[in-house]
Amino acid sequence: MLTKRIIPCLDVKDGRVVKGVNFQSLSDVSSPVELGKFYSQNGADELVFYDITASAEGRRLFTDILRECAANIFIPLTVGGGINTLDDFDRVLKCGADKVSVNSGAIKNPDLVEQAAKLYGSQCVVLSADIKRVNGEFRVFARGGRDDTGLEAISWIKRCCDNGAGEVVVNSIDTDGVKKGFDIEMLDAVIKAVNVPVVASGGAGSKADFVELFQKVPAISAGLAASVFHFGEIAINDLKKELKENNIQVRIN
Amino acid sequence: MIAIIDYGVGNLFSLQSSFNAIGAEAIVTKDKTVIENAEKLILPGVGAFEDAAKKLRESGLGEVLKNEVQKGKTVMGICLGMQLLFDKSYEFGVHEGLGLIPGNIVPFADKIDSSFQIPQIGWNNLKLYDGSTIFKNINDGDFVYFVHSYYAECDKKYVLATSDYGIEFTAAVGRDNVFGCQFHPEKSGEVGLNILRGFCQMK
Repeated sequence: MLTKRIIPCLDVKDGRVVKGVNFQSLSDVSSPVELGKFYSQNGADELVFYDITASAEGRRLFTDILRECAANIFIPLTVGGGINTLDDFDRVLKCGADKVSVNSGAIKNPDLVEQAAKLYGSQCVVLSADIKRVNGEFRVFARGGRDDTGLEAISWIKRCCDNGAGEVVVNSIDTDGVKKGFDIEMLDAVIKAVNVPVVASGGAGSKADFVELFQKVPAISAGLAASVFHFGEIAINDLKKELKENNIQVRIN
Repeated sequence: MIAIIDYGVGNLFSLQSSFNAIGAEAIVTKDKTVIENAEKLILPGVGAFEDAAKKLRESGLGEVLKNEVQKGKTVMGICLGMQLLFDKSYEFGVHEGLGLIPGNIVPFADKIDSSFQIPQIGWNNLKLYDGSTIFKNINDGDFVYFVHSYYAECDKKYVLATSDYGIEFTAAVGRDNVFGCQFHPEKSGEVGLNILRGFCQMK
């Protein structure tokens, strides 16, 4: 039976993981390779590396790091951040990414999803959408959640899936950082609209939030979070035990 | 030495790294001589069947591979590489494969309830029908990582393992010296590395 995935997201700037991390067993807590290895050995089903660098030098460092991760970590790696062209896809895929996540790049160039899906296959094109409620509708935001694009989120996601996106990450700006649970209402609306795997992001504060997510939106494929994992507030193996106790199927190694 | 056949599809870096991680020498190559001199072969692949089959044909590497199989060399196809081992695929039309294992590649969409999302992406457990060859180092029920919308329909005698996604589908196949995994062993953590070890340990 296909299991629900738990995915830690690592924000990487100039080759280092940002957001403080505090694991005693790690000698270098901001090394993406060390942290990635740690997660892969402790229950993570997949890793997302998000490049938040702006400079060309930082971008080069990121691909070096990615290559080192891919040489040492044998679970799926998704890469996002700064993906605007097919060349960007090519650059990260060559360094060992399995999936590439597009966000603002798809908004700037609506053909990007289709072109990438044709060239690399739908399985490697992930649409990531930052969504916020505006005047009673779900609206897509660009540039890390700063700009209201005016696009209605559900139709935007549907369009991208029709164009070949093989997976969708829904990040609720409304619940992100609040740590009071995932945005069940928003996720439910997306799940009903598409037939590709949907990953929930934004709002995880406790193990109970993940239990609620998979119970209330059973079709959700995965839960993604960053700080609750990085700060050690939730250990992924403990989380999976709790999910299993609640009859949610997970991979326990 | 293991030759990972590079016919122009997909990311082969992880695959090569995973062999290195278990202490096996693996080379990514499109060189006929290197392939002929290798002890074992890997046929990788992601993306669309038609495009991959065409590249395999046009590069001549499909023929090279078939000749090596005939000589008795052990070969393993991974994901789309496994699908290419079969007679034909019904992905966007009908396309011919290598015909090394009798059977066809068919879509999940025709067979499973619409509540199952397509592609299947994620970790699913294996039901082993033959744990003696590539699976000798893993256990029944172990989890591996799948990403696919199509699967192989073939005679039970070629099925080494299945998994469940709305239906029981072929997860791994074997016929004499030809093997295939629908999932990605190079992305399936320690279980996956143990499958690659099993492949390396075969004669």
